[in-house]
Amino acid sequence: MRLRFFREVPKFDFFRFQWATLGLSGVLVVLSLVAWGVIGLNFGIDFRGGTTIRTQSEQAVDVGAYRDALTPLELGDVSIAEVFDPTFTEDQHVAMIRIQAQDGQESVSQQTVAKIEAALQQVDETISFPLVESVGPKVSGELIWTAVLAVGASLAAILFYIWLRFEWQFSVGAVAALAHDVILTIGIFSVLQIRFDLATIAALLTIIGYSINDTVVIFDRLRENLIKFKSTPLRDLMNLTANETLSRTLMTSGTTLLALIAMLILGGDVIRGFIFAITWGVVVGTYSSVYVAKNIVLMLGVKRDWSKPDSNQGNQFANVDA
Amino acid sequence: MLQIDLWKRVVIWGLCALGLLLALPNAFYTRVETSNDAVAALESGASGGGLEEQAGLWPAFLPSGLVNLGLDLRGGAHLLAEVQVEDVYEARLQAMWPEVRDLLREERDEIGTIRLQKTDGHELRVRLNQKPEMAARAAELVRGLARPVVSLTGAGASDIEVSVDGADIVVTLSEAERLATDERTVKQALEIIRRRIDEVGTREPTIQRQGADRILIQVPGVGSAAELKDIIGTTAQLSFQPVVTRTGNADMPPGAGNELLPSLDDEGVYYVLEQAPVVTGEELVDAQPSFDQNGRPAVTFRFNTTGARKFGDYTAENIGNPFAIVLDDEVISAPVIQAHIAGGSGIITGNFTVEESTNLAVLLRAGALPAGLNFLEERTIGPELGADSIEAGKIACIVAFAGVLVFMMLSYGLFGVFANVALLINVALIFGALSLIGGTLTLPGIAGIVLTIGMAVDANVLVFERIREEIRTAKGPARAIELGYDRALSAIIDANITTFIISVILFTLGSGPVRGFAITLGLGILTSVFTAIFVTRLLIVMWFERRRPKTIEV
Repeated sequence: MRLRFFREVPKFDFFRFQWATLGLSGVLVVLSLVAWGVIGLNFGIDFRGGTTIRTQSEQAVDVGAYRDALTPLELGDVSIAEVFDPTFTEDQHVAMIRIQAQDGQESVSQQTVAKIEAALQQVDETISFPLVESVGPKVSGELIWTAVLAVGASLAAILFYIWLRFEWQFSVGAVAALAHDVILTIGIFSVLQIRFDLATIAALLTIIGYSINDTVVIFDRLRENLIKFKSTPLRDLMNLTANETLSRTLMTSGTTLLALIAMLILGGDVIRGFIFAITWGVVVGTYSSVYVAKNIVLMLGVKRDWSKPDSNQGNQFANVDA
Repeated sequence: MLQIDLWKRVVIWGLCALGLLLALPNAFYTRVETSNDAVAALESGASGGGLEEQAGLWPAFLPSGLVNLGLDLRGGAHLLAEVQVEDVYEARLQAMWPEVRDLLREERDEIGTIRLQKTDGHELRVRLNQKPEMAARAAELVRGLARPVVSLTGAGASDIEVSVDGADIVVTLSEAERLATDERTVKQALEIIRRRIDEVGTREPTIQRQGADRILIQVPGVGSAAELKDIIGTTAQLSFQPVVTRTGNADMPPGAGNELLPSLDDEGVYYVLEQAPVVTGEELVDAQPSFDQNGRPAVTFRFNTTGARKFGDYTAENIGNPFAIVLDDEVISAPVIQAHIAGGSGIITGNFTVEESTNLAVLLRAGALPAGLNFLEERTIGPELGADSIEAGKIACIVAFAGVLVFMMLSYGLFGVFANVALLINVALIFGALSLIGGTLTLPGIAGIVLTIGMAVDANVLVFERIREEIRTAKGPARAIELGYDRALSAIIDANITTFIISVILFTLGSGPVRGFAITLGLGILTSVFTAIFVTRLLIVMWFERRRPKTIEV
């Protein structure tokens, strides 16, 4: 007995709600941008400088007591949050303390960190500090630029590659889908106020990578069908393509999500934000391949004459042989 | 039909076997690590203490390369330091003053007396007291001191620029010289940091230059960034300077060419010193912790020949005068010269503890940093946090793996099993490749592997789905398999090239953990394409050749 999504090629009409789905994506993008603008991202110290200290103790975390201990040190904006995680043991109580970048200092000085640690040890003798990170404002400013550059360069590279391998309409569709995925991810990070740091940027780029993977597979099939059925209306061809690749799309997203969810639950709190971003991206990316990328290609139209010297071979890579 | 040449089969299995062999040491991580450390110790001349036995824990004929664990997994300290290259300009200009002074004194008849003016350190300003109209002539003389810049880009330019400003001549470093100096300073700082960390003897530190003037230092196993800063943050600029006077007044104007420095041990005591040193720490060849005649901790040192000559000449000429031993702008001591010190060795005494004198000796031996360091980024990761992360990562990997294996088998039956075998080989190949290139596994890197596990099946899924479709159109099984592979290939290649582009961008722009993620993602793409296109296919072909099934179910 095989686990199968479909016995035969399914016949869903993906474009029945063409405008509704595209509209929904549009609305979500706008909402994300609004959330980004109004609520803003919860930047980690990578991007705004400052210090984070992770504390671990055998006693329960008392955020109020921590705060009282730190207030006399006059460190400016201090945020203290307890961290919960299913992987923690019974007597493992963890909190994250974040301190803003101190005036006139590149990275928070050792004396400051030592003072903070001493103050917290007064509150709780069993406390230890497994992670102390400090980033100066100079570096954080540059890191923001590097991040923007990384995302921009990735989009540009993909725009170019798809244009090279397909047609410009595909290229526009693919990049629109990617931008959609990235913006929606930034949106959910704004709404849920998940910490946004360098690892999140890596996650964004991974999302781009995954989403383009998905989009390209569908495009590839569409190109093949365009050659095979020269006179079928584009809309029907797209439906056919989506249906033909649906089983694969669900299989791949399924296995990837399986792996990611395992990591999300069991991987520990340190990389949860990172894994969450990727998981979210896989879901959004799978959706956008069909409903954003193809919708846009459908709107733009494509050239229908794909006759190349050996058109039934598909393309030059088909000659690669094992 | 389905045929694969014998040589191709050999190459494919050979690559798999090689990957597995390279990955093998990682399965016995602690054991191989102990063995490697022992071997390294034996090679460096150590012996005994069971080292031979430890070295024997891992057979020498097997590869012993391990995947490096990143700081976030192993714990340790991370520092990003900016070298304050401007520091050196001032020292360079100060060092020119005696030369300029001697030159212009010889021409006193022509240009009259001169005096050094106080500046902010970016220029050397000399005033002609009696004959300001001769400034142009003096500038011309000083220009004669210029030397060509020693660097590839600045070739042909000279190191100083001399201009006239009223009665003053102003000497500044040229742009080319500044660039060349910056380059030298950062390289020197890098080398000295490396030497200091090596002196302390920790395992596999990463010391890298980043950009024009930054140095990244990652040392696994160090307790905290503070400890690391103690070792590398001290400039350890040692100099021997003539003493002008001793004072209790912290605000006393020292006068041009002099500086006011505090005493290290006696609070409220200051010394006015001539800025140009007689000898500097650069001319030291050795420094050892020792004890003075009263049994207090001290540091003995020895100069190289030029240093010894300068020191000898100076002490011969200045018997009865005090001179100061200055470390990082603090006067350690200011003894009176009792006799001509020939031979070029001496002793530094002060209120040291044994530990301080040992540290000072290490710092002096490793050499002074040419400029101060400004720390832009500091991270301390406790080893227990890393151990927790590894544990969590392991469990997540196993669960993810098991889930995917079961899912694939349920979906594709026997073909799913083939894909699973390829997936196992794939993960082994990633570890093998990481060990081979000495890559670093970070926490996001583990996530990269988990993601690869999920995505690696994609290529197989593409092929299997395609084979299913081809079977529906009622071709023979062999033909269906062949067409399945051919037709799925372009999608596989396009999809993976785009993801690979991303990993290259991540690698180029990222740093630290992000880079670790990029490496595993990139390697994962390469190995997963290899296993999907070649390994799974070979498995299927081999099975097909043995069984010759009339129909297949995928």
